[in-house]
Amino acid sequence: MLTAFAILTDGLAYAAYLFMVAVGLTLIFGVMKILNVAHGSFYAFGAYGAAMAAGIYYDRGLPEAGGFLFMILLAMAIGLVLGLILERGVLRFVYGRDEVIVVLVTYAVFLILEDVIVFIWGPQSYAAYQPMVWAGNVEIGELVLSNYDILLVAISAGLALFAYWALKFTRYGRLLTVVIFDRETAAAFGINVTVVYTVTFIIGAMLGALGGAMMAPKISITLGIGVEVIVLAFAVVAVGGMGSIEGALVGALIVGICRAAAVHLMPQIELFVIYAVMALVLVFRPYGLFTRAQPRKI
Amino acid sequence: MSAILSVSGLEKTFGSVVAARDISLDIPAQQTVGVIGANGAGKTTFVNMITGHLTPTKGSIHFEGKDITGLPSRDITQMGISRSFQVAQVFPSLSVFDNMCAATAIARGDGRFISAALRSVHAPEIAADVNVAIELFQIAAYRDTLASTLPQGIRKLLDIAMAVAGAPRVLLLDEPTSGISIEEKFQLMDVVMSALKARNITVLFVEHDMEIVERFADRVLAFYDGTVIADGTPGETLGQARVQELITGAKLKLPHGEASPHA
Amino acid sequence: MLSRANLIGAVLFLAAGIIGFFLPPWLVSLLTIAFANALVVLGLIILWRAGLVPFGQALYYCSGAYTVALLARWAGVSDAFVLLIAGGLVAGIVAFLTGFLLARYREIFFAMLSLAMSMILYGVLVKTETLGSTDGFGVDPPHFLGYAPHGDALGFALYWFVLVVCAISALVIGVYFKSVAGALAVPIRDNEIRVEFLGISVTRLIHMKLVIAGTLAGVGGALAAMTIGHVDPNMSYWTTSGGFVFVTILAGAGSVAAAFVGSLVFEIVRSFAFAVLPGFWQMTLGIVLLLTILFLPEGLGSLATRFRRRKPDTKPVATS
Repeated sequence: MLTAFAILTDGLAYAAYLFMVAVGLTLIFGVMKILNVAHGSFYAFGAYGAAMAAGIYYDRGLPEAGGFLFMILLAMAIGLVLGLILERGVLRFVYGRDEVIVVLVTYAVFLILEDVIVFIWGPQSYAAYQPMVWAGNVEIGELVLSNYDILLVAISAGLALFAYWALKFTRYGRLLTVVIFDRETAAAFGINVTVVYTVTFIIGAMLGALGGAMMAPKISITLGIGVEVIVLAFAVVAVGGMGSIEGALVGALIVGICRAAAVHLMPQIELFVIYAVMALVLVFRPYGLFTRAQPRKI
Repeated sequence: MSAILSVSGLEKTFGSVVAARDISLDIPAQQTVGVIGANGAGKTTFVNMITGHLTPTKGSIHFEGKDITGLPSRDITQMGISRSFQVAQVFPSLSVFDNMCAATAIARGDGRFISAALRSVHAPEIAADVNVAIELFQIAAYRDTLASTLPQGIRKLLDIAMAVAGAPRVLLLDEPTSGISIEEKFQLMDVVMSALKARNITVLFVEHDMEIVERFADRVLAFYDGTVIADGTPGETLGQARVQELITGAKLKLPHGEASPHA
Repeated sequence: MLSRANLIGAVLFLAAGIIGFFLPPWLVSLLTIAFANALVVLGLIILWRAGLVPFGQALYYCSGAYTVALLARWAGVSDAFVLLIAGGLVAGIVAFLTGFLLARYREIFFAMLSLAMSMILYGVLVKTETLGSTDGFGVDPPHFLGYAPHGDALGFALYWFVLVVCAISALVIGVYFKSVAGALAVPIRDNEIRVEFLGISVTRLIHMKLVIAGTLAGVGGALAAMTIGHVDPNMSYWTTSGGFVFVTILAGAGSVAAAFVGSLVFEIVRSFAFAVLPGFWQMTLGIVLLLTILFLPEGLGSLATRFRRRKPDTKPVATS
């Protein structure tokens, strides 16, 4: 019983993290049909940015509560700038090329950004544990839960609700839905697809950076964190269906719970299980759980 | 005369949409059958079912006495039923010659994948076949032109020539003249039909232009709302009041081709 | 059989082999790795011609490498020929089995499923103590039909061994490219439905390509394991697959030779960047990849064809 509860709470916390990373990736894919490998870099930049913010903030002895907010704001600002530069500076030149070629372009960008990180922050590791300590723990029976994990789940849930609301009920969200559904018709009806692309990519980049900032207190921020994250995010969106927000949510929950179960019951299959789930879903639902195939007409 | 192709009780539904229903007919060998009907009447669905692109919801299709209902398209092609497409389906990044080589090489294959990996696609016997075929279809002048840059009419001819490369006994042409200017339509059909006659191929072609149907078909099937409402010689079918009302429209004596509603 | 291309290939092969004797050992070892990896790239070219880009080709590479390592460790096999064939065979079987699934997938879904499969192997290797876990384990120097060289001599022996394997593979794949099954790659990429309607199974054609590409990757992995003398789970990680795709784009799918030229250029650029700009070698690679995609969409190989096309047309694309 205790194990089951632990699996559930760990799984939820892990799912919250996965969703945060995957939601930007799936948004960009849904709208722009770009599977963005550089999303891992957004995550890494967000984490490094948050660590930098923590360094600046906590060294001055300012009130604890504001530090976390400052970390997030700085990370998202970095995401905004990075997204803008990439979309305007690189990606717009390859629109219309093969999907797979565009993936490789983002892979090239990812390689470049890996070294930009070294250039800016150097090869050493960083930590930004302060918010985690500040948040403290809560004890439920024998189980100790980190308040920060609870916060993480709450923010992810909030993000999911916000995304749902924004896509359904705001003007921009509806525009996005139209573009996702049929790009050419959207353009024919006078929707400025160029602007939609730029804004979407920036939002996606900011979400990636947010994911990094949120995880920063929990991890050691070191070279290569983006490499690991991107393939996890791929697994989540492949399970849920690429381009689907609700898919990313369900994908994150499935992968999160499966991994937590593996960690508690059979630690040696921890990594295996994530990709086994991904492969299994792809085998039975090639387009993921939440999207379907479009038949070709002849 | 025994039927080379015979369908009975054919039906196809997509959810609640009925695309084809209760189609039963026999086609004798070497007949040339024209298929008419407004868009959405079920003509392409009919062709797609015979060639295995769609599996019928009900009914059966027999070819030379063998049940071919629901077989994959490649098996049906191998048995001897080929097709061309409403929008020409060629390989844009290859030349006309290489398009034909691909088609001919597949047709001449023994179906074993090991031998497909060892035989050259440009083997002398394949190239010889191709050269004969492109002469027959009068596209030899475009031999080394990339298919993506071909004029529409030539691309249609290439599409049909590729379908014929497999030496089919039945050929289904889905709107062979769509996208072709009125002046070129007859010329194209003359080339195609004489090439097919030379090879004793049974032809079923979907066509909107009634003058072409009258000129080339031995028999005309009129489709409406997923089923065949008239079946007979061109004169009989086109003369029926119901066909005129629903498909061809009253004869308005416009320049040819204008009489058929396209919407 | 003795076409001009084959003749040039034979001359280059001999030249490469002889030059090896005059090069410093570190350079010989760099060339050995470059040519071993070129076999993986050759397999990727086969797939790319049909429009398929796998992000998990490292699965077969790693299978080949671990087969060599495990055979040497557990069964005491040390003959390079046996190890090579075993590596290729195991990877080929893995490719045959995974092919039943992969052959049905296209585009990004193909890329993702192959990625998932390679990551499964990674997950297994990393967490399995008996397979060396994250550290992997060492591979003893191989023997060649009883000949057991050491030091520099081993380096040269491996170099020649890799060259011969490359030459044979290049010949075989050259024949395959001209065959019906090989030549149908472009039709599959252009218009799959048309190929089916011409009467052949696209799925089975692709399955065959997957097995050939997987076997080549396994052979490459086996050679890499012998050359490096070590295997670890990173050989199955997505970045390894990414590297191979990188070289494929750099090389272009134009010809068999492209794989070898591309792989060579890649290793040289990487080593050069690593030596001259140690902090920026990934950035250098990224920039090279970007520039290739933007300005040389058909890869380095297209440079040669472009040059050839500028010369007056002597003969059309004739055959027969």
